[in-house]
Amino acid sequence: MATKAFQKIYTKLEAITKATISLRASGVANEELATVAGRLAQVVKIKEDLVTLQVFEGTDGIATNAEVVFFGEPPALNVSDDLAGRFFNSFGQPIDNKPPVEGERRYIGGPSVNPFRRKQPSEIIPTGIAGIDLNNTLVSGQKIPFFADPDQPYNQVMAQVALKADVDKIILGGMGLTNDDYLYFKQMFENAGALNKIISFVNTTEQPPVERLLIPDMALTAAEYFAVDKNEKVLVLLTDMTLYADALSIVSNRMDQIPSKDSMPGSLYSDLAKIYEKAVQLPSGGSITIIAVTTLSGGDITHAIPDNTGYITEGQLFLRADSDTGKVIVDPFRSLSRLKQLVIGKKTREDHNHVMNAAVRLYADAANAKTKLENGFDLSDYDMRCLDYAKAYSTRLLAIDVNINTTQMLDTAWELFATYFTREELSVKEEILNRYWKKA
Amino acid sequence: MKTRGKVKGIIANLVTIEVDGPVSQNEICFIDLGGTKLMAEVIKVTGSNAFVQVYESTRGLKVGDEAEFQGHMLEVTLGPGILSSNYDGLQNNLETMEGVFLKRGEYTLPLDLEKEWDFVPVAKAGDTVVAADWIGEVKEGWLPHKIMVPFSLKGEFTVKSVSPAGKYKVTDTIAVITDENGEEKKITMMQKWPVKVAITAYNDKPRPYRIMETGVRTIDTFNPIAEGGTGFIPGPFGCGKTVLQHAISKQAEADVIIVAACGERANEVVEIFTEFPELIDPRTGRKLMERTTIICNTSNMPVAAREASVYTAMTIGEYYRSMGLKVLLLADSTSRWAQALREMSNRMEELPGADAFPMDLPAIISSFYARAGIVNLVNGKTGSVTFIGTVSPAGGNLKEPVTESTKKAARCFYALSQNRADRKRYPAVDPLDSYSKYLEYPEIVEDLKKRISEDWVEKVFKGKNIALRGKEAYDQINILGDDGVPVEYHTRYWKSELLDFIILQQDAYDKIDQSSPLERQKFMYNLVIDICETDTDFDTFEECANYYKKIINTMRQMNYSEFQSADFNNYLVQLKKELGNGN
Repeated sequence: MATKAFQKIYTKLEAITKATISLRASGVANEELATVAGRLAQVVKIKEDLVTLQVFEGTDGIATNAEVVFFGEPPALNVSDDLAGRFFNSFGQPIDNKPPVEGERRYIGGPSVNPFRRKQPSEIIPTGIAGIDLNNTLVSGQKIPFFADPDQPYNQVMAQVALKADVDKIILGGMGLTNDDYLYFKQMFENAGALNKIISFVNTTEQPPVERLLIPDMALTAAEYFAVDKNEKVLVLLTDMTLYADALSIVSNRMDQIPSKDSMPGSLYSDLAKIYEKAVQLPSGGSITIIAVTTLSGGDITHAIPDNTGYITEGQLFLRADSDTGKVIVDPFRSLSRLKQLVIGKKTREDHNHVMNAAVRLYADAANAKTKLENGFDLSDYDMRCLDYAKAYSTRLLAIDVNINTTQMLDTAWELFATYFTREELSVKEEILNRYWKKA
Repeated sequence: MKTRGKVKGIIANLVTIEVDGPVSQNEICFIDLGGTKLMAEVIKVTGSNAFVQVYESTRGLKVGDEAEFQGHMLEVTLGPGILSSNYDGLQNNLETMEGVFLKRGEYTLPLDLEKEWDFVPVAKAGDTVVAADWIGEVKEGWLPHKIMVPFSLKGEFTVKSVSPAGKYKVTDTIAVITDENGEEKKITMMQKWPVKVAITAYNDKPRPYRIMETGVRTIDTFNPIAEGGTGFIPGPFGCGKTVLQHAISKQAEADVIIVAACGERANEVVEIFTEFPELIDPRTGRKLMERTTIICNTSNMPVAAREASVYTAMTIGEYYRSMGLKVLLLADSTSRWAQALREMSNRMEELPGADAFPMDLPAIISSFYARAGIVNLVNGKTGSVTFIGTVSPAGGNLKEPVTESTKKAARCFYALSQNRADRKRYPAVDPLDSYSKYLEYPEIVEDLKKRISEDWVEKVFKGKNIALRGKEAYDQINILGDDGVPVEYHTRYWKSELLDFIILQQDAYDKIDQSSPLERQKFMYNLVIDICETDTDFDTFEECANYYKKIINTMRQMNYSEFQSADFNNYLVQLKKELGNGN
């Protein structure tokens, strides 16, 4: 991004805040990039000749006579097959000591796919984790976040899922990753021998928070190149979207916008939707699937960030430590994959839907029995059986360390049903019962 | 001469334009960005500055770029060809757009101007007509699409001539009418109408007086919606708002369904695009798509057009209503529209109301809901627009501004409960919190008596009472323990469970259970109420639970079987046998 001959240079700032600077300039386009004293910045507001720029790295130490150079274009990424296996920062510059990528220059945050040109997602992405494949099946073209408390191993689970998933490219968008987590991902990918199909855009906690606003668009521009131009199946990992939203609120605050719920900007829903809706199944066979992480504060999903996310994404996956079995499980009550109906029983065995519902209903009965037990009431025989079932269900199916295929999951569930319950208690369609019920 | 202007300021999609002539509020203009025309709407004027919300991304826009004002508000084009089309919020036809990605500044025609329609005249020379009178008819697929006197004309006119039956394009003149001064007006099959203005070319709007069947038991049986009525479905995410709305759109007793996907997920619209052309409407045997029009502005499409999309949908609904049809309009979700208003209000630095929403939000919502209704048309026929909107309350809290404002405007309230959804009891409509004001309308009560049975409404309230008493008993059992309450409490609780499992819950993914016609609802509901009214006597609560679990299981099998088929009747015999064991 060297200075070019025809670029206009300004050296008089009118105003400086913690995240923005303003100056008088002409011929400036909305969303155009510039450097302010060598730091990247983007135009966010124009009022006659007064232009306001958001400085990604922050404005610490910037003087009123700082040099401002406009680039005449919005943020862009060079795309080509050479992206594969590379690590970049928020601006798409290499951080792996290799030369910059040559290729077609594409503006990030491009237009949306015409909804009429989309195809209905219909391909399963198997992960081997029953809490996901059995209860909350992932489908290519889906967007789904993990809702997790900061102490839960969400990045590990996500890396596991990514490496097991059958996809052509994995694109990691790391926002506010700790350096440790960044190195963890790097090592996981290297160990799996999968580096050549992985592209990473990383902003660590050591870098200024506002920079991370560029990460999702960078990652998704690369994803669109492989999915649209190359017809590949692309999986995009975005972690942690809560930190992304926090950065949004910092910028909106500096621009004197009126905050809405939880000090978040009023446009949070649209801002997040623009990212998540890039998930798509294309008619040509290419697809973009997004798995994200939204960290919660004390499990509170009514906070504006998880709340808006839940309305946008196609379900959510909750991790929970199950104290009865000592395992981390995918919570069957709060987790949901909205697209699972498109594949279960169609791409999997016909009893999938029935087994899934019955298993969760019985697990709910067990939760009721547990409440009774805790309140000191006598348990009925049914309650006791529910509790035993819940332990087995949790260990053998819900735990994230389970690694079996969907048919094995279904067989395991039938085995558990027969061990603890009668046919009537299952309340499943007769036809299905007749075919799969095995008396223990 | 058109008013022109130059861009002076840009904040996201709010652009300030200095104008050289008159502009009006809500006027449409096009801003020229290096040859690409960006459509925008005036939302505020101060002095010679017009503030416009741009319906597209403003990336690359510069101070000094030129704009041209169009002299009219945002309009839709009305005419044959709308049915089965897929439009964006500004009525651009999505099917005729090129490429995989939406291109900024690409606007496509809503109607096919080349297509020829078989026109049959209805009016004849010498007839006296007013706005919305039917001049003729074309077949739009199966639907007799009326060609009407444009809604914008005022006063009486005399028909001078009507074209003979034959093939015409939408732009061909098919009739000439003269006003009282003898001035001629040519009528084509196409007219334009500003979306934010209600079409009121009808005689009057009576109170709704008959119910509209939706095939969803918890609605039809428990809280029916009237034809021409309004309802809304608030619920936290994951509670099945969209699944419920899709279920209604598949089975509702309506001639035309308009689905406005407003700021929601694109894949949900794709589901309609993919499935509706295949699915059969059980009432007519035709493909569902043949009665459906989709207006879609998904969450990643420009925010400003979100607001336009619900108005576009409503205007198209009113147009078909004027043809004497039953229109059902579904909007998912009206909260996104409210959020779009909030984003704009915020950028204009208006003083905010609750949760930073604009102060006039309740007024905007109620005047929108008021556009629904059953109407007596100028020719004595009736037509209706029934409106059901979803609301996505922030944090699932029903005390937020959009839910509260909508509650004041809509007559049916279908509250989705997180608790029911967590227990996979779908549809998660809460039987205790939800209500239909129409059950209080004497006209509707009469209609239900006539259509179902004399004692129906009475039974509905009985059922609601069973649900309530069951909930109370359940709370007591939870506090005092299974043994701490009389067995009778368990009976009460299990009766409400029976009602819940057999009537309130419905499997939207089962071929048979997903749609339940009124006839079938009547049969099953009577059966459930009869069982609930039969006295039972159990020694222990476990005996009670087992008894009802068996019944529930058998009746669920009935729900999964075709009505009055051999299977169904076998389960009925089995049920009768099981019922004998309770006495």
